[in-house]
Amino acid sequence: MPALINVPAKAKRGGVIEIRTLTSHIMETGFRHTVDGKLVPRDIITSFTCRYNGDEIFRADLFPAIAANPYLSFFTVAKESGKFEFEWIGDNGYSSTASASIIVE
Amino acid sequence: MNVPVTRRNAVLGITVAATSLIAPSILRAQSAGRIVVVGGGFGGAACARALKRADPRLQVTLIEPNKTFVSCPLSNAVIAGLRKMEAQQFGYDMLAAEGIAVVAQAATAIDTQKRSVTAADGTAFGYDRLVLSPGIDFHLEALPGYDAAASEKMPHAWKAGAQTLLLRKQLEAMADGGTVAIAIPANPSRCPPAPYERASLIAHYLKTHKPRSKVLILDAKDNFSQQRLFETAWKELYGDMIERVALSQGGRVTSVDPATMTIVTEFGNYTPDVANVIPPQRAGRIAEIAGAMDATGWCPIDPVSFESKLAPNIHVIGDACLGGGIPKSASAASSQGKACASAIVDLLAARAPEAPRLAGVCYNTVAPGYGFSLAGNYQPKGDIFAEVEGGTTSPVDAPRDLRAREAAETERWFETITADTFG
Repeated sequence: MPALINVPAKAKRGGVIEIRTLTSHIMETGFRHTVDGKLVPRDIITSFTCRYNGDEIFRADLFPAIAANPYLSFFTVAKESGKFEFEWIGDNGYSSTASASIIVE
Repeated sequence: MNVPVTRRNAVLGITVAATSLIAPSILRAQSAGRIVVVGGGFGGAACARALKRADPRLQVTLIEPNKTFVSCPLSNAVIAGLRKMEAQQFGYDMLAAEGIAVVAQAATAIDTQKRSVTAADGTAFGYDRLVLSPGIDFHLEALPGYDAAASEKMPHAWKAGAQTLLLRKQLEAMADGGTVAIAIPANPSRCPPAPYERASLIAHYLKTHKPRSKVLILDAKDNFSQQRLFETAWKELYGDMIERVALSQGGRVTSVDPATMTIVTEFGNYTPDVANVIPPQRAGRIAEIAGAMDATGWCPIDPVSFESKLAPNIHVIGDACLGGGIPKSASAASSQGKACASAIVDLLAARAPEAPRLAGVCYNTVAPGYGFSLAGNYQPKGDIFAEVEGGTTSPVDAPRDLRAREAAETERWFETITADTFG
């Protein structure tokens, strides 16, 4: 399933807006063993970045203690119309991107 | 003092100690004890009955505003048109005949100092011990847009009665090809598997009457009770009629707009034809008035005696209590009501109550003749109840005749618990 993004379609200039993201990922800790004793290799998202018209406005480092399907919600100020770009990077070359537009009036 | 130790003397002893030898307390001790039970559902009615049966000298008062009780268990079948509403209704005549004073009023105030409950008409009822079995109320602050007016357009049908019939009427009025959305809150909530039973039985109605329609579940949970049993049955009986958006797929409902019939989730908006919105829940309002509810919205108790951790001389049973592993179900409430009655009899006799072993059973019907169940046993562990050994769940891979037997057993369970409580 692709990542879910919730960015308001419109906002007032200078207004505080909430951005929500949710991405499907197993977030395997790397600490668990199979029934026959083999270590299940770590497979997590390690970083999340949000850019607003090219500028990084939010970044999060993720760790094995974070549950599957990480949900992140954060706030920013609506400065200008444009585009939010989201990027998740993780183990085993994992990479996922998404974007959303906003009109600031 | 050479007086034989009777229950009456023991009660007198407690009362004297508690009130520093104020004269009226001696008068109070002339009966074996005054117990007021607020709430006449499966918990409260079972408790009142068990108290009176354990000691006929107890003055037991049951305060319950509804003259007719409407059972939530099996009400999903009414919604699906498989059962008459009358089969869900029970009265309190038999309780009154056993000597329980049944007061058809809402309890509106509780004075824990004077140990008195006030009813809506102003009558006050003094008590030695008060049992609160108020069930749930809706936590409306947790669901912006939803209130009593909204429930007339987007019924919750989570308290059986007019709401059950309203949802039924909306399903009947819906055109073939419509979408029925069911918004499900996170736990703790009343009867955790019931929303999924409802989705199943609504799908049955749609399949047989409006086959182009769909059921859309918007869920604040990723996993739910008896999930594999439900999902297997859905696939087998209803194909892709039931679609579920789980928490991690953005299913949590954050607000509603009844004017536009919109359900807003964390990641999208839905405008179904019928919206069954089950709001987040908390203990019934009277528990908050009594000061027995904490910040969780539920009532912390001592699980051995059901005594409130927050309000003296008050016991809380059923959905309203903070029970831990024990589900908020009719059968668990009934089991708690009886155990609480036994604890109260012990406490009045200055004996320490024994730790109860409670049973809870939960039947789900996903189509006529297709049922499964979960039974659990629970015992006090610290401040809550923990599940102990002896529980069973129906197997996922079972022949249809077992499902048919369990569906028949559901009916028998209902007859038994309602006869036990009201009959």
